[in-house]
Amino acid sequence: MNGAHDLGGMHGFGPVEIERDEPVFHHDWERRAFALTLAAGFLGKWNIDIGRYAREQMPPAEYLATSYYEHWLFGLAKLLRDTGLVAPDELDARLRGGRAPVTPATGARVLAAGDVARVLGRSREARVDADVAPRFRVGARVVTRNINPVGHTRLPRYARGRRGVVTLDHGVWVFPDASGNGLGKKPQHCYSVRFEARELWGAEAPARDAVHLDLWDDHLDPEGR
Amino acid sequence: MSHDHAHVHDDAARGSPLSDVALRVRALESLLVEKGLVDPAALDVLIDTYETKVGPRNGARVVARAWVDPAYRARLLADGTSAVAELGFVGRQSEKLVVVENTPALHNMVVCTLCSCYPWAVLGLPPVWYKSAPYRARAVIDPRGVLRELGVDVPADAEVRVWDSTAEIRYMVLPERPPGTEGMSEDALAALVTRDAMIGVARVTPPGARR
Repeated sequence: MNGAHDLGGMHGFGPVEIERDEPVFHHDWERRAFALTLAAGFLGKWNIDIGRYAREQMPPAEYLATSYYEHWLFGLAKLLRDTGLVAPDELDARLRGGRAPVTPATGARVLAAGDVARVLGRSREARVDADVAPRFRVGARVVTRNINPVGHTRLPRYARGRRGVVTLDHGVWVFPDASGNGLGKKPQHCYSVRFEARELWGAEAPARDAVHLDLWDDHLDPEGR
Repeated sequence: MSHDHAHVHDDAARGSPLSDVALRVRALESLLVEKGLVDPAALDVLIDTYETKVGPRNGARVVARAWVDPAYRARLLADGTSAVAELGFVGRQSEKLVVVENTPALHNMVVCTLCSCYPWAVLGLPPVWYKSAPYRARAVIDPRGVLRELGVDVPADAEVRVWDSTAEIRYMVLPERPPGTEGMSEDALAALVTRDAMIGVARVTPPGARR
């Protein structure tokens, strides 16, 4: 979706301000929101792409006016409602002080404290052991598709309809533009594609500079087609 | 954007011990615990893991090893995932790690314009500036401007290469080893390596140098 999350190339946000000796979390609620999001993710009711899409659906003005973990909180609350784990008004009712009886969830795959280290060490989630042929070789000249889906996509606006060169083949991965929209894994090759800065930003950009962006087969066509 | 700070001031102004967002998180946690969907002890372990165990010291050890051990450096650049696993760093948000080397002719820097993807296993959780709109907006269109503001001047005849890590592949920069560190131990070298250098928005400065 062409949302406020797709920030690459925008102007007017001001300088990048690095905080010295920054703590990992600034408030206790950030700790809890972070951990709640990870723990709820292990329930297995959504995947990481659906999770990202949920955050992207925060209204744009709200997205730009709130912090990272507020985006996470918005996404988590939406996912819990969308999957029926929490009833539409249940969280708001609790915030108003209501103490309606809670129906315990049954059959949920709950993350136990003793399993955290093991599941965090399990790194293979998005890579797929499938024999899918690559559509492009390293060195191939490609052009990105000009797409504007209302759903989830990992092709940022600034790189649509642009010419680039495939520089790395990362192998076969889940395609987020499918899995983030509940359409299955659609496994395919993911590549690092090099775009010259001048191709993206015009003749004023420095001649030597480039952006390397990870894209999938379904984002790309051979150049000249 | 420093909205976290705004919340603190709002809290003080209202005389309330908790901000609206803190109350919302607390309500959500109590609801999920009562439903039996999360175990609060697991939340504590998750927080402790990323607050005290996983962080940029992991990445700094990788960099220092690469600086002192040419064979390790070669393995790291050829297959970052396996090379950092040799030092015990595996896991979430680092399913495939690509390590890119800064040289006098090439300056790499890493961003995720769409959401703030970051190599947790070697750098821990991302800092606020990395997740902020200014960095995500500007890193791809004006990387030299961002670098200049942060005190890094890349000569015009060198390339600035920005890695927009919007897939599940994660990137870490192997910074240039600073001059005057030839006799230093691996541990001492690791202590020089900063998080920002491994994202590619800072250089590693030799001991005693002004930042």
